[in-house]
Amino acid sequence: MSDLTHLTISEARAKLRGKEITAAEITEAYLAAIDRANPALNAYVAVTADKARDMAKSSDARLAKGEGGALEGIPLGIKDLFATEGIHTQACSHVLDGFKPRYESTVTSNLWADGAVMLGKLNMDEFAMGSSNETSYYGPVINPWRRSRVDTVVMPTTHQGDGGFVSAGGAKTTRTLDNMQLVPGGSSGGSASSVAAFLCAGATATDTGGSIRQPAALTGTVGIKPTYGRCSRWGIVAFASSLDQAGPIARDVRDAAILLKSMASVDPKDTTSVDRPVPDYEAAIGKPIKGMKVGIPKEYRVDGMPDDIEALWQQGTAWLKDAGAEIVDISLPHTKYALPAYYIVAPAEASSNLARYDGVRYGLRVPGKDIVDMYEKTRAAGFGREVKRRIMIGTYVLSAGYYDAYYLQAQKVRTLIKRDFEKVFAAGVDVILTPATPSAAFGIADEDMASDPVKMYLNDIFTVTVNMAGLPGISVPAGLDGKGLPLGLQLIGRPFDEETLFQTAYVIEQAAGRFQPEKWW
Amino acid sequence: MSVDLQTVKRVAHLARIAVSEEDAERMTGELNAILGFVEQLNEVDVTGVEPMTSVTPMEMKKRQDVVIDGNKPSDIVANAPATDENFFLVPKVVE
Repeated sequence: MSDLTHLTISEARAKLRGKEITAAEITEAYLAAIDRANPALNAYVAVTADKARDMAKSSDARLAKGEGGALEGIPLGIKDLFATEGIHTQACSHVLDGFKPRYESTVTSNLWADGAVMLGKLNMDEFAMGSSNETSYYGPVINPWRRSRVDTVVMPTTHQGDGGFVSAGGAKTTRTLDNMQLVPGGSSGGSASSVAAFLCAGATATDTGGSIRQPAALTGTVGIKPTYGRCSRWGIVAFASSLDQAGPIARDVRDAAILLKSMASVDPKDTTSVDRPVPDYEAAIGKPIKGMKVGIPKEYRVDGMPDDIEALWQQGTAWLKDAGAEIVDISLPHTKYALPAYYIVAPAEASSNLARYDGVRYGLRVPGKDIVDMYEKTRAAGFGREVKRRIMIGTYVLSAGYYDAYYLQAQKVRTLIKRDFEKVFAAGVDVILTPATPSAAFGIADEDMASDPVKMYLNDIFTVTVNMAGLPGISVPAGLDGKGLPLGLQLIGRPFDEETLFQTAYVIEQAAGRFQPEKWW
Repeated sequence: MSVDLQTVKRVAHLARIAVSEEDAERMTGELNAILGFVEQLNEVDVTGVEPMTSVTPMEMKKRQDVVIDGNKPSDIVANAPATDENFFLVPKVVE
């Protein structure tokens, strides 16, 4: 039998229902894969083997009676930001040491209600603040992809799992992998790495400025941030409440649709959860896109963008045109202000949300000479550098005398960013196509990014606009760069029109093929 | 706008984060880099623009004012570093 960990969710679902495989078997296959790979990739911070086996056993009992749910017996990884009852939930921060919540987040409750099996908790940037998964208290996650020493690689039309691939011209190229360790992106780096390296069938993730889409792009996986309000935020450790949204990272577009259907819900426990029924996203896959209007925003053509990304964007545009879509040039004039506005709004909200970590109710406590000294010492020891930096920025921009100049100005600019999108959609554009990231995966401890926080922030330049406007966005793998690393394209849709994103992303996936890293770990 | 060392120390105290002299000096540079980056927002004309308060136009949901949860103080204090009979323990705050 072929490796069970290489089945997509839809393939595994069919085999589980057809009683060709059991939930216990596929769960054991993943647990064994995690055991072997985790020392190299550091994707999981907690593996819940006993719980996984118990859940798989229950799934098999339900499947035997023909009562299985939508995700019955499917083993998933859960980002450490989601509260899981009685299980490690620390947002990969030292300040939450030992925290085991007495409740379960709505999103994970929905997944278990549909029969999914939990493999464990996934590594992430501390409190979801980062674009490389290097700010985790548990150390960086390693990308399963590595650069190859072949310089001239034509974008493949089909892909073989043996590390070689057939180029558009038909010539076979053999790659030699470089040993340099690359980041998987962040903040959902553990989610992206584990999905790409076959350490879970799919994973939950969250996206405040690009934390689902950027790591998905850097690992050759599919990631969707749904519309703000589509997934309940209840039980997800808060970073920036007006921007945070949960979504899945998966191996293909169909799997992402299957996962989002289960994760999304209407939840009375989250006042920003929207009262709209969750559609059957999978039904959108395979529908023709003939006549669909695809917008290409000129402002996403930024200085210094690698040629590979420009070429990928044009290739994606050509694929959609070939499928019958109408391509229109559009303008989103306030695009360049999204990132600076984000670096006021997100830290401001974070400084408020993270005030709760005071050494009193949960996690770490460092004794002090009085209560304020205890707070200050606990927070100094418990938070990492990036988190402190953002709390400081947030505290400063909200402090007396600066509120209007920074926070209010940023929220006004945010209104203008959203208005840009509204005008384009009102003019009949159905979906917007952009690159997902300004570069492929970069090295661990990249000196440029370590010396200048703003350089790291620029990773989110194409994704952050979507959070600022509350829109849905999907990243879909579309090709490899000259060094054999995956690159993604982003599709942005109207509010609550995730179906169009799945429909269009599937067209790109069909044209681009799927990509998987050569196994070295 | 930029911040000096004294401002960084004041903000750190507002944020209840203890900083060493060395931390504060490093943070001054980092914060100024970020504040320099966000400075470009000033060039945007926001005359007559309302600040965003909600990305999706929606009325805040309200629920019935009835008790639906509770009677679990042991759950509430379960993760606290120091407790006594379902109370959180903190250093003495009243002399």
